[in-house]
Amino acid sequence: MSFFGLDCRKKKEKEEERHLRANDREFNLTFQYATNAIKTSKYNLFTFLPMNLFEQFQRIANAYFLFLLILQLIPEISSLSWFTTVVPLMLVLTATAAKDAIEDFNRHKSDSQVNNRQVKVLMDGQLKSEKWRNVQVGDIIKLENNQFVTADLLLLSSSEPLSLVYIETAELDGETNLKVKQSLTVSGDMGDDIETLAAFNGEVRCESPNNRLDKFTGTLMFKEQKYSLDNDKILLRGCTLRNTEWCFGLVIFAGPETKLMQNCGKTTFKRTSIDRLMNVLVLWIFGFLALMCIILAIGNGIWEYQKGFYFQVFLPWPESVPNSAFSAFLTFWSYVIILNTVVPISLYVSVEIIRLGNSFYIDWDRKMYYPRSDTPAEARTTTLNEELGQIKYIFSDKTGTLTQNIMTFNMCSINGKSYGEVLDFAGQRMEITERTPKVDFSFNRLADPKFVFHDHSLVEAVKLEILEVHAFFRLLSLCHTVMPEEKEEGELLYQAQSPDEGALVTAARNFGFVFRSRTPESITVVEMGETKTYELLAILDFNNVRKRMSVIVRCPEGKLSLYCKGADTIIYERLHPACKTLKDVTTEHLDEFAGEGLRTLVLAYKDLEEGYFEDWRARHHVASTALEEREEKLDELYEEIEKNLQLLGATAIEDKLQDGVPQTIEQLAKADIKMWVLTGDKQETAVNIGYACNMLREEMNEVFIISANTAEDVREELRNARRKIKPETIEAEPIFEVKQPKNKSAVLPEDTVEGEYGLVINGHSLAYGLEKSMEVEFLRTACMCKTVICCRVTPLQKAQVVQLVKKYKKAITLAIGDGANDVSMIKAAHIGVGISGQEGMQAVLSSDFSFAQFRYLQRLLLVHGRWSYIRMCKFLNYFFYKNFTFTLVHFWYGFFCGFSAQTVYDEWYITLYNLVYTSLPVLGMSLFDQDVSDRWSLEYPKLYQPGQLNMYFNIGSFIKCLLHSIYSSLILFFIPYGAMYDTMRDDGKDLADYQSFALLAQTCLLIAVSIQLGLDTAYWTSVNQLFMWGSLAIYFAITLTMYSNGMYLIFTASFPFIGTARNSLNQPNVWLTILLTTILCVLPVVAYRFSRTELRPTINDKVRYKVSQSKHAPPPQATRTRIRRTSSRRSGYAFSHAQGYGDLITSSRYLRKNMATFSPRSKTNAKQPGTVLKTYRAVKDTVVDKTL
Amino acid sequence: MSNRKDPPGSQPFMKRPDNTAFKQQKLPAWSPTLKAETVLPFFFLSGVACIMIGVLLCITAAGVQEIKVDYTEERDCADCYSLRLDRANSIIDCACTVSFSLSEAFKGDVFMYYGLTNFHQNQRHYMVSRDNAQLVGRQYNLKNPSITCIPFDKYKNGTPIAPCGAIANSIFNDTLQLFYHPDKNTETPVPLLKTDISWFTDRTVKFQNPSPKDNLTAAFAGTAHPFYWWKPVYQLSVEKNNNGFVNEDLIVWMRQAAFPSFKKLYRRLNRTQEFNEGLPAGNYSVKISYNYPVGKFKGRKSVILSTVSRLGGQSNFLGVAYCASGAIILIVAIFLTVVHLKFRKKSLGLEEE
Repeated sequence: MSFFGLDCRKKKEKEEERHLRANDREFNLTFQYATNAIKTSKYNLFTFLPMNLFEQFQRIANAYFLFLLILQLIPEISSLSWFTTVVPLMLVLTATAAKDAIEDFNRHKSDSQVNNRQVKVLMDGQLKSEKWRNVQVGDIIKLENNQFVTADLLLLSSSEPLSLVYIETAELDGETNLKVKQSLTVSGDMGDDIETLAAFNGEVRCESPNNRLDKFTGTLMFKEQKYSLDNDKILLRGCTLRNTEWCFGLVIFAGPETKLMQNCGKTTFKRTSIDRLMNVLVLWIFGFLALMCIILAIGNGIWEYQKGFYFQVFLPWPESVPNSAFSAFLTFWSYVIILNTVVPISLYVSVEIIRLGNSFYIDWDRKMYYPRSDTPAEARTTTLNEELGQIKYIFSDKTGTLTQNIMTFNMCSINGKSYGEVLDFAGQRMEITERTPKVDFSFNRLADPKFVFHDHSLVEAVKLEILEVHAFFRLLSLCHTVMPEEKEEGELLYQAQSPDEGALVTAARNFGFVFRSRTPESITVVEMGETKTYELLAILDFNNVRKRMSVIVRCPEGKLSLYCKGADTIIYERLHPACKTLKDVTTEHLDEFAGEGLRTLVLAYKDLEEGYFEDWRARHHVASTALEEREEKLDELYEEIEKNLQLLGATAIEDKLQDGVPQTIEQLAKADIKMWVLTGDKQETAVNIGYACNMLREEMNEVFIISANTAEDVREELRNARRKIKPETIEAEPIFEVKQPKNKSAVLPEDTVEGEYGLVINGHSLAYGLEKSMEVEFLRTACMCKTVICCRVTPLQKAQVVQLVKKYKKAITLAIGDGANDVSMIKAAHIGVGISGQEGMQAVLSSDFSFAQFRYLQRLLLVHGRWSYIRMCKFLNYFFYKNFTFTLVHFWYGFFCGFSAQTVYDEWYITLYNLVYTSLPVLGMSLFDQDVSDRWSLEYPKLYQPGQLNMYFNIGSFIKCLLHSIYSSLILFFIPYGAMYDTMRDDGKDLADYQSFALLAQTCLLIAVSIQLGLDTAYWTSVNQLFMWGSLAIYFAITLTMYSNGMYLIFTASFPFIGTARNSLNQPNVWLTILLTTILCVLPVVAYRFSRTELRPTINDKVRYKVSQSKHAPPPQATRTRIRRTSSRRSGYAFSHAQGYGDLITSSRYLRKNMATFSPRSKTNAKQPGTVLKTYRAVKDTVVDKTL
Repeated sequence: MSNRKDPPGSQPFMKRPDNTAFKQQKLPAWSPTLKAETVLPFFFLSGVACIMIGVLLCITAAGVQEIKVDYTEERDCADCYSLRLDRANSIIDCACTVSFSLSEAFKGDVFMYYGLTNFHQNQRHYMVSRDNAQLVGRQYNLKNPSITCIPFDKYKNGTPIAPCGAIANSIFNDTLQLFYHPDKNTETPVPLLKTDISWFTDRTVKFQNPSPKDNLTAAFAGTAHPFYWWKPVYQLSVEKNNNGFVNEDLIVWMRQAAFPSFKKLYRRLNRTQEFNEGLPAGNYSVKISYNYPVGKFKGRKSVILSTVSRLGGQSNFLGVAYCASGAIILIVAIFLTVVHLKFRKKSLGLEEE
């Protein structure tokens, strides 16, 4: 496939520049641009068979079996009949082909569904409804609201003012917020005038198709004018048109050439570490096979030379064999055929089946189903399951993953009194649960019904009209940059820049200070049912340095006030000295809030004198229009006026964690999984969450914060940290540097660290940390810490961090996230997990596993992952064992049959051994086995550790398995040999004929490997029993059938073993031999396992022992409530976003444009505020985008 | 998966997985663990059982009498041996006699075998060199032997060989006659049966003469005997039911041995007259018409007389193997007991974290 794909692409790569003309199909056709039909399917009815077979034979395993088949067709070499290879090969090919066919059929279906969507196309001067597939480059199409964008379009005109359109890019980048695009004025003026549009003959020259979503360069030639085109004028396929009645667009890229399609299908194929190990092992096995064949071939040469030559009286050499050396050569290939079962074709098929089965379990698990959004867990990639049991590092996003991105106003401290706690009669703090009575806000008509508060005393305080309380909420309702939306009377909707602000304004609203509407110059608030309009005089906006924001308003009564909210440290510096006592009390409260992981803000106000303010305002005006050093001048002014503030109190907002996050993290930590949080958030927020979800703890020896600005400083800080953790690693530096080779397999040693440390690093320092020269330093320090939090990181850095760990640590990584910014990291990690939350589907689409809640991660890893890993390892160990044993018997027989590549078993047995006799029992084990139940797995997370260390299947266990096989095969060959060699049947007839021996050997083998499987199985369900006994029964049934008279008389050539079963299996000797081989094969294993359990019990043995003792499952995990901590730490101003946009509010041209009609109460103009809001949202996004 | 026909959202929990034991991986199951209470008794019991079986087997085997006389180069057979080294002498008849004595009478049924060593009936090229379809009497295959028989499929003039192939061609063709010598001058031929020395399924199903079965000469017309044979296949015996492809000597030979040293049943003692108790003790001789050349490949030929028990022949292997295994198992059992009592980590229980 890649072959053809490459070919096609080469042709198209010649396109250096795209040139097209609107409404001119003939002209555009000369360039042979792709049409809008997409094709993700690979085959059609006729190409399916040849192409699919061609692909399948590109796989090494299949090609190998084809090669064997060819060998078998050479009569001089053929040591086995053709069917021994053909039957399994056919089965495998058919199964794979069927799977591919179903997949491709589904792709055909979805292709045709997409291709047949309808869209209006401008053709011959009128709009016609056309199928998507028929749209071509250069067509002008009309899109309507909520339609998908058909192709990559140049926006021409729209229904909205200024030719704006709003689009949602969820399918493209996962962001659900609207983006705004604006067309050129020259095209926008055409509006929806069909005639003008039909006459439009602009020519576009632009870049060739590519996959950069955020860039576009091109020019439009229209009426001999040249206009430059950029990304703002392009609508990409995959977006959805929102809040826009209609728009017209010119198709620039269609179908496969659209940026969306160019971005598709480049997902790298992930492989598990067991896959890689298996590939290595298969190579080793080939070597082993070659070695055996060489030994036997040499043996054959010698034998033919010493004996065969003289035996020619009875068995002359074929004419094609001139001498013993050539005979040896042929024998080599003959043995390659016979011994090929060491690399059985069914291995690969079985592995796929097991993984598929274990993926289904994930899909089916009710405990990973989230009823609220009706989302079950989903294994999107079915080939990575066992790696879930080996995770060592988890990289997690914060917002939407650990937290719900919902802020709730939880507590506050007003004038030295703390509100928000519920006390019982004894004055003891009570647990807040679902049943705790909520505060009734019915007195307030405008209250938000979703707002929940439990402390009644605050409402009482408001009702009592306590001055400070009113001032407190008044501040909250005035000092912010929230935009209100009121579609229906009383139905207020707030659009806040950050959820924190929304939460604060909503709190004020419910407590009777309803922020109703705003204009650039005023804020209307309904205070306890009384509408008041404040004149907004200035917004002293938030930024990272200031960490506070203020507004200056004139009350309806004429009083001038400055309201300020901000980080505690910042505000405290600016308080009036008189607030000292209040400050101390509030500080106590702040500590309490912070200790619970709440985000705190301190509120303060100040009354201004008219004269001073006028003066200040004049200076402010000058400063804000200054051309030089405007920022500095403004800052100075702000600093000057925000002084001698009166403390009002503090708020505490909870950044709501998702359910069960701290417990999950605790569990994962017990399982020795290291958790790194990579977030785009600010350092304070990130640290805050770190504490809230138990990753950072007060008891930690130290939490290092790396936030230096130069490479040297970062290095120094990292070293300092390491010096404190483990001084000797610093001294070892030079050796270590040398030891860091350039090859990929460089592995950092695991440092054992005493004590617990945390590391917080910000994006700026991380950029240095990720540089080539420092990455090892960074990684080493980071890996010594129990918790690592990287804040303010870009999506790219997220991926880089993951790759860094992958590169230097021999560990399996998992990345979990929910947003488009996590995609890169999800793709980079060994395993990507997507949270199907609110932030669009992009993360889920590129993930390997997805579910709705972070807490399901522990079940995914500790239960499903662990089981999958153990099952896979057991499967591989057993599978190699059974096949080596099977094959090695041939090897020993070689020494007795003149190294002539004579098989020990019946050919049919060889054909069916892997496919029928032993396939189901081992599948049964690998699909059902549980060493301990899910509850115990969760109870003892330590059970996860063997997987991380890859203890169950590795080179060592493979060699053990090989030795075990050698032992078993010796028993299985020599015991029957000794038993039959010199004896006869009970009726005097000879017993040691080939067919009887074959039957005996194969029966011994099958019984021995079946019992071995029984020993490996830890969880005997009825299905296992059925498979096990069923397979043995089927063996005897098939054998008796194939060795029957009827089969012989019909297929004389194929079933020469007639009567062997009947004549052999009635001999007591035969059964005694079977019993002895079984005992000798099984008992050593039992003895070994038993003594290992007794002498060096693993964690697994211990838990199993405990399980067998206790009879009861452990109690289900209690959903523990948050542990209350005392903390000396304080949170800062913790708005989740950057620079505010107060400027926009006061000076936005959009606002001004609509100001005349802007009134929340006029229903007639209901649409207008909506427009404002949309614009506002879009602008807001661009602001946020720029800061990212 | 629940019913897909429902429009999305029509049920609140549409996508909720089924709560079946299978899907939730909660199938009832038995999880055995290796516990001392079960493992140790099991070891002791199986050790004792093995020894018991072994002793029983040894006793049974000891009751079987067997004598093996290698006549390859024995006494006057040595001349025949050297004669047969040269293929050119194959037309010359050679006979010899070997004597032996039985110190004890062989009681019951006595079987006479010929033994060959260093003869690779299990060589792959040898094993495939036969045509089962021909041996089951198919007309077509009688005249058109399978290519697996090459080079023993046809004469140069095209006459097909019946039975074809290397196996049939190399049939053991020494004739052995057993004589009893009650005293020095008397020579009583021991009566031997040629029938029922092969598997019932072989002589009734696997080997069948081509039709017309009552006239084998006609049935085999147009075919020739294998290169090394002196007479055609339909003259292998004078008895009607033991001739052609169903001749039991041929059938026995055609059942290839698994190992290069083997013995094949040649005759059964006909328990009549003085032999109705078996073979009395005394002197015996075997008259051999020495045809089969083994000198080239250093093979050995022998004649074996044996009685049988219910467990077969005299071989001690299984008995000894059982005894040895039993002993080892007991030793291991003791070792495991010591481990369990003395060295076991007392804390199989978990140290709670």
